[in-house]
Parts: sequence; structure tokens; C-alpha cells
Amino acid sequence: MHSEFLMGNAAIALGAIAAGVDLVAGYPGTPSTETLENTAKYKPEGLYVEWSVNEKSAMEVAAGAAYAGARTMVTMKQVGLNVASDPLMSLEYIGVKGGMVIMVADDPGPISSQTEQDTRHFAYFSKLPCFDPTSVQEAYDMIQDAFAYSEKYGTPVFFRPTTRICHAYASINIKDVDEYKKNSPEGFIKDSKRWVIFPRLSNANHKKIEARNELLKDVFSAYPRNMILNGGSDKGAVDGEIAALGGLNAAASKKGIAAGGISFALTMEALHGRTDARVLKVATPHPFPEKLAVEFLTGLDEVLCLEELDPVIERELIYVCGKYGLDVKIRGKLTHDTANAGENSLDLIKQYVGSFLAESGSADIACEPENAPQPPTIPIRPPVLCAGCPHRASFYAVKVAMRRQKTIFCGDIGCYTLGNAMPLDMCDTCLCMGAGINIAQGVYRIEPDTKAFAFVGDSTFFASAITGIINAVYNQAEMTVCILDNSTTAMTGHQPHPGTGRTMMGEVVAKVSIEAVLRGIGLEFVETVDPLDLEKAVDTVKRAQEVPGVKAIIFKSPCVAITKPKGKAFIDPEKCIGCRKCIREIGCPGIVINDGFVCIDDSLCTGCGLCAQICPVGAIGGEVHD
Amino acid sequence: MIKNIVLCGVGGQGTVLASKLLAAAAMEKGFTVMSAETIGMAQRGGNVFSNIRISDGEAMYAPMIGTGEADLILAFEPGEAVRMLPFLKEDGFVITNTRAVKPTTATLTGSGYDAGPMLEYLQKKVADGHLMQVDGDSAAAALGNPRVLNVVLLGAAVRTGALGLTEEDILNVMGKVIKEKFLDLNRKAFTLA
Repeated sequence: MHSEFLMGNAAIALGAIAAGVDLVAGYPGTPSTETLENTAKYKPEGLYVEWSVNEKSAMEVAAGAAYAGARTMVTMKQVGLNVASDPLMSLEYIGVKGGMVIMVADDPGPISSQTEQDTRHFAYFSKLPCFDPTSVQEAYDMIQDAFAYSEKYGTPVFFRPTTRICHAYASINIKDVDEYKKNSPEGFIKDSKRWVIFPRLSNANHKKIEARNELLKDVFSAYPRNMILNGGSDKGAVDGEIAALGGLNAAASKKGIAAGGISFALTMEALHGRTDARVLKVATPHPFPEKLAVEFLTGLDEVLCLEELDPVIERELIYVCGKYGLDVKIRGKLTHDTANAGENSLDLIKQYVGSFLAESGSADIACEPENAPQPPTIPIRPPVLCAGCPHRASFYAVKVAMRRQKTIFCGDIGCYTLGNAMPLDMCDTCLCMGAGINIAQGVYRIEPDTKAFAFVGDSTFFASAITGIINAVYNQAEMTVCILDNSTTAMTGHQPHPGTGRTMMGEVVAKVSIEAVLRGIGLEFVETVDPLDLEKAVDTVKRAQEVPGVKAIIFKSPCVAITKPKGKAFIDPEKCIGCRKCIREIGCPGIVINDGFVCIDDSLCTGCGLCAQICPVGAIGGEVHD
Repeated sequence: MIKNIVLCGVGGQGTVLASKLLAAAAMEKGFTVMSAETIGMAQRGGNVFSNIRISDGEAMYAPMIGTGEADLILAFEPGEAVRMLPFLKEDGFVITNTRAVKPTTATLTGSGYDAGPMLEYLQKKVADGHLMQVDGDSAAAALGNPRVLNVVLLGAAVRTGALGLTEEDILNVMGKVIKEKFLDLNRKAFTLA
């Protein structure tokens, strides 16, 4: 054992490695991404790690390896699970031989996601056990438990941290390399009665799954990470952190708080020094530790549930009260005592705990004195495309080429979603990975006089745009697909993908050519153009409009965050007429106004040269792209 | 005892390295450290913050800091110091960089945003002698590398004494966190402001 300061996702990665994981597959997505990256960083001999093209592929690769007895982990964000749900739902009916942990990071807020969906519901829906850590240390310890339970019960299990676990850091205790579990996979043993899903097998296995989950309710009631915090009782001493809460006088209390995930940690902060509430810590929201819940509820009048996303613990407790005839008032999201959307901050939890326990203690909420000075207006800082980002140039070229025509610009998931910001305003729709291609087809079918465009990044192209393009070609749609190829997965922190020619195992491999894929599908107009060459880019977009059917333009220019700047632009104050066209047209953060003069911010400019091509009087020069 | 620190700024200013240095120094002294970072979409020019908590043994469960609980706010941008100010304890310290980073939206709309009103507000709100205004960008530029802004500001923060860490504590762990070829530069930057 030794102590290290680790990000939650790194702790999860090291925990999986300590549990002897043999294969890790995933697709990038905030806040899950660093988990797979860290398994690659700390990779012991024999561990295989891959970025798969999407979550469905990752799930299936991990399942295959688990069939062969390997311990496997698959990583994704919550919306990625939607993509992987097809193999997931069937996989539960087949089961696994080696331990398989599906690490899905939820994103309350949401901070970097489309939805606030709750993977604990997916656990209920798919019938998988679910582990929900409350801290970085617990994430490290608990993922090792997750592998053990998975293997013991022959089922994949969910491991569901949230953003404040994934992206928290903590000094935690971790195992030394010689303490790691060594796993030797048995290999795949042929048995078509076990591995081939047929209705008869599904029917038989469904009964087994239900029986197992009944059993797991009891097993999890005894799982030490599910606990009643109770100063005088023998429960609660799992690790140093939690045992430190002595002095809770649970016997005298008629009020209880049930919490899971980061909300549990925040509850413990809020209860600091208070002894007037019994606490139920829920580490396995599914199957719910029913016996433990009955023990917790017995003797209480009221329980407040503190959790993010959906009221999962709350509904389970209501169910337990109904089933066992317990007269306990369960409060939370369903009773509007707590917010039903958004993240739980420490302030919010303090407020909830304060008002819930108000009768037996005083809530200390800080108030501002009345005559305090009013704060000045602080600027809003929405995320924007970086200075010099080639996506800006691609969007601008299409905008210029299509001026005064009826158009729809369907966006997708990635940095280029930021093309929606003013003044570009080039993202009319955005739904989910790859959707833009099909949305454009749908709009075209209803409004055939609309010039339909779909913008998709290179990683998203491989992940889920190809089938949409085949659909468009087969069904005779009219549209222009713009592939914004910056040769990386930029938004999530620059992961490699099939077009980059690099793998997570460090191999240099043949690049999958986007152009060849498109030609293989049957597109006749496929052109690759440098978006930073504005005139040529505009011309390419215009020529594409003269061709019927599905056309594709690959705007190819590397991400500025991982390439050396080409130089710095310079605005000649003698020539600049102050028209501000550069600012109004492209909104680059590298162009600023200082004392009324338009200037280049040297710390941001990459010398992409787009502004120089827009300036009507040729006032912008310096070292720029040509 | 727990020390609560808020680091804030604009995406790309290097707040994460500063929080790693603090954590390494605190751990070297046997303290427990937790922090929460902003990672993801907000990094693209958005406002970012870190919460860092250092405990000498007192029970600590969550990495997040509540209103009125921060012993020190280390702001890389004056407007961001104002944004995070509600988190400051009554007698807490504020170290702020003086250069404003103008958001693109302000440039586009022509709406003014300057450091002046932000610094004035901080002067009114922060207890006497507990506000340090540092022209960190000029100091970093003088060293020939604007990227050491974070370490310049961290130096000023440590010298308040509010973190329970000394200059030596930080200098001792720099070698663990920073690459060899940048060590001298960072050591200079740390002792500069």
C-alpha cells in the first residue's frame, strides 16, 4: 500500500488493474474518458486497451473477452450507454465467465452532456447489479469488489461514478504492484447452449436472473459499503474516512437521510458535528439492499433522500415502506423537497439537511448584510471554438458559399457543436452522435427546396455517421455532408481513432481513409480541401451544389490544440479602417479591441490567416498560413 | 483543521498545475488532500475553477467547498475572483491577477469589460490587508514565458501564510510535478511576485 494523489478516473483505472483486468475497451466521453487513458498509461504486461469506434463495439469486444474468461472493463459516458444498449440488454441474458465491469459515468448538471439520464435506471431496466461510489478512495476500492461480484454471479455489472467522482482528485491509499491480482483466462469453451441466444435460453435465463437479483438484495444488505451510519453501532467502520463520523445518536433520532454517490459525501459534510439523523449509505442502488433499508427505516418518522438525477433511492424506499407496511414519510424529489434536475452543490445539500432537521437543530445559512456593495456585472463566458480552429474556417466557407439560399445546417456532437455560437450561427440542429446526417435527410424530404448540410467530425464519422450516409445514398437524398477532419477526437482531449493511424496500444497502423469509405459507399462528389484556404473552400462548396445526390466535402486541417502555431497575425494600424468585419464575421477569440483599436491577442493567435483573407483593406498580415 | 482553497480563471490559464503543486506539497507533509476540477467543454474559453481541500487529520468527505468556506481564493483573472468571492470566508485571502481576459462575446457586442471595476469591488469586499493584486502576466512575460503565470500567482498565495504551507514546501516538490527542463524557470517564477 502507498498513497498517491489521483484523479477519480485514474483511481478507477488503477483499481481495475489491481483487480487483474485483462482487457479494457471504450469510447471517449466526458466525464469518463480519463479512465481508459489511465489504464493505458499504467498498463501492466498482458493488459490490452483499445479505443473502439463506438460504445457498441467496445461492449461487444469486452463481452467476447469475458466469454473467454478474461476480466474486462468497458468505459463510456451515460449517453454512450444508449449506443451500447443493444448488446447490453441481450448480454445480461447470456452472462459472462470472466468479471465484466461496465463503467458508465453520469453527468449531473449536465456539465458536458446532452441529457441528465440516470444509469441506475438502466441497471434496473437491464437487470444488472450497479455499484455507485461516493469518493475517489471508494471508487478505487469498489471497482475491485465489482469485478469479484461480476465473476461470482456470472453477470456484467455497472460501475457508475458521476462527474464529481471522475474529475475529483484525492490523496488515496492504493495497492503496490506486487499486491495486484493475477488472472489467467481459461479461454473460450464451445457450448452453443450457453453462448447462443435463442428464445428458449432467454426464457430459462430470465428466471435465473430474477432469482439471482432477489438473492443479491440480501447479499448487498450485508455488503459493507451499504451501511447505516450509527455512532453507537458496530456498522459503519469500512474505512478511515467513514468511521471518523462518531457520535451520531441514531437511537434517539426519528429522522433519517438516505444518500448515494457524491450526495452522500456532501451529506456527511453538511452533518458535520450533528448527531440528530440516522444515515443510510446506498452503494448498490440495484438490486436494492432491502433488509438493510428495513433496518434503517424501522423506528423513523421521516426520511429525506439526497441523490442526483432520478429519485431512485427514494422510489426504492417508498416501495420498501409499502411492502413491509412501514409508516415512514419518504421525502425528496417526488415531494419537491429537493430539486428534480441539476447537480447537488454543498450549499444545496446544507440547505436541504438544514430545513429537514430544522426542528431538532438550527440550520446555519450565511446571509449577506443588507448594505453590502453590489458586485459589478461579471462577463458570461460561453465556450467557443479556439482561436485558429479550422472548424471556424469550414463553417465560414459554407456560410459564404450558401449566402441568400434556403439552407439547413445540421450539426453533431463534438467541438464543432460550438459552430452554433454567434456570429457563425452555423448549427441549426444537434441531437446525438451521428444524427445530423439523418436529420438533414428528414428535413430535405419535407422541404426539398432546402439545401441540406450535415457537419460531422472525423471521430464521429467513424463512430456513427457511416450508416446514415449509406441511408442517404440508398434512399436518393439530396445533401452535402461536410466532414470536419482535424485528425483527432478533440473535445474529449485528443484521443486517436481509425483515421489517425495510431492505437491505444501504441501501434502505428494503416489509416482508414474517410475519402475511400465515401467512395466505397458510392458518392461521386468527394473532395478534400484545406478550410484555411477560404477561396478554394468556398469554391468547393459551390461546385458541390451543382451535382445531384449526396456530396461530401472533407475539410482537412489539424486541431490547433495539438499542432505548432503557424505564426502570429498582425494588424497594421495604418491600414486598418476599424470596420471590424473580422470580428463580426468570424468571432475569433484571438481578435480583440484594445482602446478602441482592433488588435491580435498574441497569446491566442495561431496564424491561421482566416482573418487576413476576410479583411477588405488587406490590413492583416504577419506570419500566417498561406 | 481543514484549509479550503478556490482556484479560478479562464480555460487554458494553467489552474490544474497550480492545484497539483499545492496537493503534492501538502501530501509531503502528511496531510490529506481532495480537489474538484473543471474538465471538458468549459475548458474552451469558459470560466473554470478548482476546489482544493487540505486536512491535517480532521474528517473530510467531499472535494467541494460551500459558500463562505474558502480560506483563500487564487484568481487568475479579476472577474473570476469576483465570481467566486461568495465562497470566501470573512477573513479569507484573495490573490488576484490584475489582467482581464475579455470574452469573445464582449468583443462581439462591443460591451465593455475591464479589470478596474472588478478590482475596486474586491478592494471594498476583502478584509484589509487580505487582498493581493499581482500583475502576474507582466511578471511571467519578464521571465520570457507567459505560461508560468500560474506559478507566479501560487508564490504570492503561499506567502500569505494562509495555506499552512511554506515556500520551501512547494519548492521541494516542484521536481516531482514539473519537467526537469522547466524547473529553473518555475522556481524563479515562484519567488518573483
